[in-house]
Amino acid sequence: MEPLMAVAIGLLYATAIFMMLRRSIVKLVIGLMLLSNAANLLIFTTAGMTRGAPPLIAEGMMQPPSGVADPLPQAVVLTAIVIAFGVLAFAVVLIRRAYEVVKADDLDKMKDTDT
Amino acid sequence: MRPEVALPVLLPLLSGAISLLFWRSRPMQRFMAVAGNVALLIVSLWLFVSTLSDGYVTMQMGSWPAPFGITLIADLLSAVMVLMTAIIGLAMGIYSLATTGRGHEKFGYYPLMHLLLAGVTGAFLTGDIFNLYVWFEVMLVASFALLILGGERAQMEGAIKYVTLNLLASVIFLTAVGLLYGMVGTLNMADIALRMDEAEHTGMVEVLAVMFMVAFGIKAAAFPLFFWLPASYHTPPVAVSALFAGLLTKVGVYAMFRVFTLIFDQTMGYLQDIMLWGAVFTMVTGVLGAAAQYEFRRILSFHIVSQIGYMILGLALYTPLAIAGGVFAIVHNMVVKTNLFLISGITHRLQGTYQLKKMGGLYRERPWLAIAFFISAFSLAGVPPLSGFFAKFVIVRAGLEVEAYVATGIALAVGLMTLYSMVKIWNEIFWKSLPEDNLVPETATPTGDDGRLLKPSLWMMYLPVMVLALSSLLIGVFAEPIMWVMTGIGDQLLEPRGYIEAVLGASASAEDVLLDSAVATDEEPKADAGEELP
Repeated sequence: MEPLMAVAIGLLYATAIFMMLRRSIVKLVIGLMLLSNAANLLIFTTAGMTRGAPPLIAEGMMQPPSGVADPLPQAVVLTAIVIAFGVLAFAVVLIRRAYEVVKADDLDKMKDTDT
Repeated sequence: MRPEVALPVLLPLLSGAISLLFWRSRPMQRFMAVAGNVALLIVSLWLFVSTLSDGYVTMQMGSWPAPFGITLIADLLSAVMVLMTAIIGLAMGIYSLATTGRGHEKFGYYPLMHLLLAGVTGAFLTGDIFNLYVWFEVMLVASFALLILGGERAQMEGAIKYVTLNLLASVIFLTAVGLLYGMVGTLNMADIALRMDEAEHTGMVEVLAVMFMVAFGIKAAAFPLFFWLPASYHTPPVAVSALFAGLLTKVGVYAMFRVFTLIFDQTMGYLQDIMLWGAVFTMVTGVLGAAAQYEFRRILSFHIVSQIGYMILGLALYTPLAIAGGVFAIVHNMVVKTNLFLISGITHRLQGTYQLKKMGGLYRERPWLAIAFFISAFSLAGVPPLSGFFAKFVIVRAGLEVEAYVATGIALAVGLMTLYSMVKIWNEIFWKSLPEDNLVPETATPTGDDGRLLKPSLWMMYLPVMVLALSSLLIGVFAEPIMWVMTGIGDQLLEPRGYIEAVLGASASAEDVLLDSAVATDEEPKADAGEELP
């Protein structure tokens, strides 16, 4: 499972960076979205993918048996997803406003503030 | 239970919540802008005094023992940074009363300001690396919204670059955190530091260190990752510019100081050169960029970049003295840079423009403003006896001690170039007479950033400027006690054992580590991690 995930994550990162390098701001935001998804999957995978071993502590025991799945990355990924969602919502509104003001879906037309 | 660690995070959140509840009541929001920040300043002082006497103040969230729950910890560095944040926050709270147009107030300027401060103090106080990411995001989201307040074309263009690059930095940071967790199986920074020392050395550690360096480098606007800053910082309302200039990049620098002294202290041998040259190029490109500009806020933006170089140089030299100098540079820069932006706001109100060519004659009209600018500008350039001189002096001295002559020489030359830029502003705005074609000597009709008339309340703008200028002077005069604190910070950072013990308990008890090994199955933590420390 892990090699497959690794390939998928690598593809996601590559696609995201490719999209971010385009001139269109819509593609830029799609790239950002894919990038955060890739990072979330990466966290999920690096902590080790354990199937069928929920981290439950049996009655009367003080700690779970060894070899259970690690619950922490899942909590972390949930937090990261929520943050990414909020930020993405902002980015979508931003590009809409930017499109209204600049009247172009083109980063090359947004160089006024550069120096 | 030490509430003073949690209060600097909770109070701005509370003020923000109260401001949100009084969404329609402008007087209440304005009252909270001052009262909330006064309260923040008081608890920050409390925290600072506690850390001065105890060294470290920690608090475990929800009383979960250390590596499991989220730890809040203040060492001297955190306490000083929080204190400076509170000072800047209060200055901005007062200043914003005079400059924020009603339109902006209606769209939640004050709640956002409080949330931004909460994000900043949270980042300074957390002892958990994922929590650090979360606070970064809190800070970023608030800053995004503040940056586009008003929605003008320039703001949109600046915001797209700002948002994209900062999000990219966040993702790099998050990726690095994920990989780090995969390697050591913990998120608590003290615990990570402990396990890093025993993890076998594969190339992964260096890769992670570089990822953290890039992520924080983007946020701190270090060379070659700084270009979002001069493209965006001159676009928002001036109070927002000043707030960003004083706080945001410094959080990135703080994170660098924290991560590279605590977690990646052993990779510094490998990274030191990269960081050193990064710092040198940051200084040089920033100051050269500023030399080419003739717009007040753009010049100042480039100087933020340039000053970041000094702070990172302090870290890159990696001796207690150099780190003390780096932190001194952060403290000095927060005061001075904010103040210069505030002054640019006043001159904008007086003369209706940020273009140096169109301004002039302010020395005759407003001598006190000229003096405040003089103090801040020459402090930035490092003229004795102002605050910038001592920051630079300590870094240069530390550089000479480790025989980094080239970097030190460049740092001095950059000081001279900074002086050039500041003298340029001085000549254009204060010294030369007002050009004939400037049509705006309509001094007493101030407008907010959205063009609507405000009450003439110039004293609210002057008060923070004068106080900050005075504190720059005082930092210079009382350099010795401040240097004493900074030396304490340098010693604490380079001796992370104290930090680790403050978080994990004196012996980093074997019981905890045993319990850990059951959870982190793919690692083999040695049972008695605590005893193996040098």
